[in-house]
Amino acid sequence: MINAPTNTTQPTLLQRLQAIRLGRWFVILIPMLWLAAFFFIPFLVVFKISLSEAMIAVPPYSPLLEWDPSSAYATLKITFGNYLFLFESRFYLDAYLSSLRIAAVSTFFTLIIGFPIAYLIARSGPTARTILLSLVILPFWTSFLLRVYAWMSLLKKNGLVNDTLMSLGLIDQPLQILQTDVAVYIGIVYTYLPFMILPLYTTLEKMDMSLIEAAKDLGAKPWKAFCFVTLPLAKPGIIAGCLLVFIPAVGEFVIPSLLGGSDTLMIGRVLWDEFFLNRDWPLASAVAIIMLIVLVGPIMFMRNGNKEAL
Amino acid sequence: MKNHSLALKLSAGFGFLFLYAPIVALIIYSFNESKLVTVWGGWSLKWYVELFQNEQIMNAAWVSLKIAFISATLASVLGTLAGFVLSRMGKFRGKTMMAGWVTAPLVMPEVITGLSLLLLFVAMESMFGWPAGRGTTTIVIAHTTFCLAYVAVVVQSRLSSLDETLEEAAMDLGAKPVSLFFLITLPLISPAILSGWLLSFTLSLDDLVIASFVSGPGNSTLPMVIFSKVRLGVTPEINALATLMILVVSIAVIAAIFIMRRQSRFQNP
Repeated sequence: MINAPTNTTQPTLLQRLQAIRLGRWFVILIPMLWLAAFFFIPFLVVFKISLSEAMIAVPPYSPLLEWDPSSAYATLKITFGNYLFLFESRFYLDAYLSSLRIAAVSTFFTLIIGFPIAYLIARSGPTARTILLSLVILPFWTSFLLRVYAWMSLLKKNGLVNDTLMSLGLIDQPLQILQTDVAVYIGIVYTYLPFMILPLYTTLEKMDMSLIEAAKDLGAKPWKAFCFVTLPLAKPGIIAGCLLVFIPAVGEFVIPSLLGGSDTLMIGRVLWDEFFLNRDWPLASAVAIIMLIVLVGPIMFMRNGNKEAL
Repeated sequence: MKNHSLALKLSAGFGFLFLYAPIVALIIYSFNESKLVTVWGGWSLKWYVELFQNEQIMNAAWVSLKIAFISATLASVLGTLAGFVLSRMGKFRGKTMMAGWVTAPLVMPEVITGLSLLLLFVAMESMFGWPAGRGTTTIVIAHTTFCLAYVAVVVQSRLSSLDETLEEAAMDLGAKPVSLFFLITLPLISPAILSGWLLSFTLSLDDLVIASFVSGPGNSTLPMVIFSKVRLGVTPEINALATLMILVVSIAVIAAIFIMRRQSRFQNP
């Protein structure tokens, strides 16, 4: 008897998994529902509360739907007052702009400091690479709060940085660094540096070195080869790294409040104060919604780009 | 590529100095006898003794450790599921949206996450009566949500670098999806889950902003206590605490890297 031809095309793993529909949706829905409930829906709640008015009550905002028992009608009470207030007052606009500026400047310096490190790691031998990479990752695992705190004692008037600069004869008088914007830049660059180095390393490691050799063979000076070959090839990593630093830095709270001065204006700090000091929940919500609108562009950009770099 | 230019070495060296100098200074000053943090008064362990006698810090540390343990465990389960769903389940309705929900928490400013979760909890309480008040439960939910994203990303990248043939072979041999997952996929991605768990644990232990929003009275976590202390200036006890935490984390990370390396050598000879 002739054997019946066995099916030559084996169903793929994917097709087989698709066959079990119910279990499949069960597995999909568990993380999806969790994320919907605790990541996505909260934004809708914030938006809703940003449209209500602050009042002295528990919770301290007016209800959007007001139910009048005598007429059995519910009235929808929406106010754009919080948003109008944000746009009319110079203070909030300044806070947004100065957050964007501080984040942009810090991102630039993070790139300048991170690039040589990433480049060196990507071009090292296997053992050196593991060690150097671990050295970059290790601070990222230690407490963010404590790493910011470490700079407080370093940057003080009689701290290590001023002492070193004075003993080197570079300055005569201790500089006021702590409680200035400079301290905030240092803090952001320091704490976010690993977020820059890792995506940069990933792209630089994959880069074909023969392209640079070719450029050099064709007579390009090292800096020219760097500008026209290395940099364009490293672009996905540069973009990913910059966004990973820039987006969270815009809303940073801990760094400006520990290292910055009272005049260091950042929107994360403004939101915190509106919420905890003024207890104006609707205004804090409006601040958050505008911040989200400002950041949604970079976040979408990162999502589209990160397939190449991360 | 051994002959790096001097400029590259110098600038990278400066970068590493920048990364480590503050940590080293912090550790050295934790052994300083003097109460004035910047004046060196000789070696001493007295701030460590004071640290362990400080009940507020010890209680907060215990609260934080509990929260970190539960959140990291929950986040590992949910994050592994999310990573698996995104990289092994093919296309499904809402996949793009879910992929966005997984990556966005990684960069979302903490003040926004904290505020939005608090407002959600308040709204839920007035609608369903749960969660009643805020405290450990709400912090655990908040931490699980943002740690989940980290676990999902680590698991996803591990799964995408993993050869699917092992899983296909198991299916060809008749393994059911559930046993396939537990017998083949799970052991293969376990190093990623372990590092995701460790990462979640440290992130939860470290979080100040989100916990400040969603915690209730009497539920101060360790970062909240540290923040209220250091806001007023540098304190030697916190230096001692920082040194201990850095030490523990460093040992754990070095151990994790060591385990991962052994695992990967074993799997791709």
